[in-house]
Amino acid sequence: MKNKYSVFSLIKNALSQHENWQQAWGNPEPKKEYEAIIVGGGGHGLATAYYLAKKHNLKNIAVLEKGWIGGGNTGRNTTIIRSNYLWDASAGLYDHALKLWENLSQELNYNVMFSQRGVMNLAHNLQDVRDLKRRTHANRLNGIDAVWLNTEEVKKFCPIINTSPDIRYPVLGGTLQRRAGTARHDAVAWGYARGASEMGVDIIQNCEVKGIKRNGDIVEGLDTTKGFIKTNKIGVVAAGHSSVIANMAGLKLPLESKPLQALVSEPVKPIIDTVVMSNAVHAYVSQSDKGELVIGAGTDSYVSYTQRGSHNIVEETLKAILELYPIFSRMKMLRQWGGIVDICPDASPIISKTNIKGLYFNCGWGTGGFKATPGSGDLFAHTIANDEPHKLNAAFNLNRFVSGDLVDEHGAAAVAH
Amino acid sequence: MFLINCPFCGERDQSEFSSGGEAHIVRPKQPTELSDDEWAEYLFMRKNIKGIQFERWNHVHGCRKWFNVVRDTSNDKILSVYKMGEKPPVNYK
Repeated sequence: MKNKYSVFSLIKNALSQHENWQQAWGNPEPKKEYEAIIVGGGGHGLATAYYLAKKHNLKNIAVLEKGWIGGGNTGRNTTIIRSNYLWDASAGLYDHALKLWENLSQELNYNVMFSQRGVMNLAHNLQDVRDLKRRTHANRLNGIDAVWLNTEEVKKFCPIINTSPDIRYPVLGGTLQRRAGTARHDAVAWGYARGASEMGVDIIQNCEVKGIKRNGDIVEGLDTTKGFIKTNKIGVVAAGHSSVIANMAGLKLPLESKPLQALVSEPVKPIIDTVVMSNAVHAYVSQSDKGELVIGAGTDSYVSYTQRGSHNIVEETLKAILELYPIFSRMKMLRQWGGIVDICPDASPIISKTNIKGLYFNCGWGTGGFKATPGSGDLFAHTIANDEPHKLNAAFNLNRFVSGDLVDEHGAAAVAH
Repeated sequence: MFLINCPFCGERDQSEFSSGGEAHIVRPKQPTELSDDEWAEYLFMRKNIKGIQFERWNHVHGCRKWFNVVRDTSNDKILSVYKMGEKPPVNYK
């Protein structure tokens, strides 16, 4: 690496007032032609380009981003990482990602602040208890760490939770995945961008795709706001805007794009050292290194591209948070925002070829794509390079909506979608 | 968050309504004749438009009736409301 980050580079740059750090990634103009183009410069897109260059030896790659890298859902999520999914296909996919997370800072020579602080999922009624216990068994059969905690153990693990039996939705127990946790979302995009750029990937920001040029059933290139760019392989990783891009190629996807909101509080001293999620009352909370509570709310029920979300959704989430954590009753919320998530009917992603040669889609991550960033990039790169899916993403093909082989994680994946 | 002008009750908060998604997806007349591709198209594939969308809403915490709405999904502005069975307005494409 030309400009390796280390304690020595930190000391050296500290002595020159941090004025001589090199730019971490380039800012090139697009070439006329690329071997492969990734549409979407979020975490998943940049990771795809990184692994295409690193593992599949493609050197002439571009990532097109209509805004700035990591400015979409990568910078808008609540950074939760876990792999405690029910079905075998999902467990394989998300645990592959979790294993890559565990070594990602070293791999990228960039501190992604991955913190395995554990993720706890709460049960509030008998059905929750049955479902979550079933899921811990399924997880353990798939080699994923998961334990069931009773109410006392939940209280011991996170003392600020109100475990009184007389609240509206009492805590009857919970599951814990200790390997799960959080990471710094911006750092993930920046780390992959830096790594990809180093290997010669062109990261082109402020470049919006306007059309896909096809010759019959083969792609020939992209019309963009920076002109026409020729390529025979297009990987679309456009999250909430996947249907918009698909429409340019005359494709329809099984997606609905909806606003998903999150909010952070004013910063306070460390109070919660883990991530707690509750499916039934739909509230999840963790604390950032700056001290803000990071709170995830639900999606709106209707299709919208506004990146706002409705106030009543936030209100319901905060009601649930207050019942579970009365200690937060006088906290002030600092910021609220929305991101557009593309939701599949089975709440599982699509990492797939299409019936147009050279056009690939990585979409449908819905409300939980951040956790999969490294695995998603790795498997999508494999799919693009070989024109065949890896065995870990074979189940996540577009054809499952025709064959009926859905990977139905709705509700089963420990959080309501 | 926005107001919806229910054709039966008048203007109410969006939180009183439940979204029924894309409108004018016609239920297959002869389901037994459908191929797997046609089933997938009917059940799962959606236009998911960024822009002017025709959609169904149900006033679930009100009169509980269904109706159609024309809304711009890029800014949540409602352009027209019309009852079930009525022809969609032609001036929006």
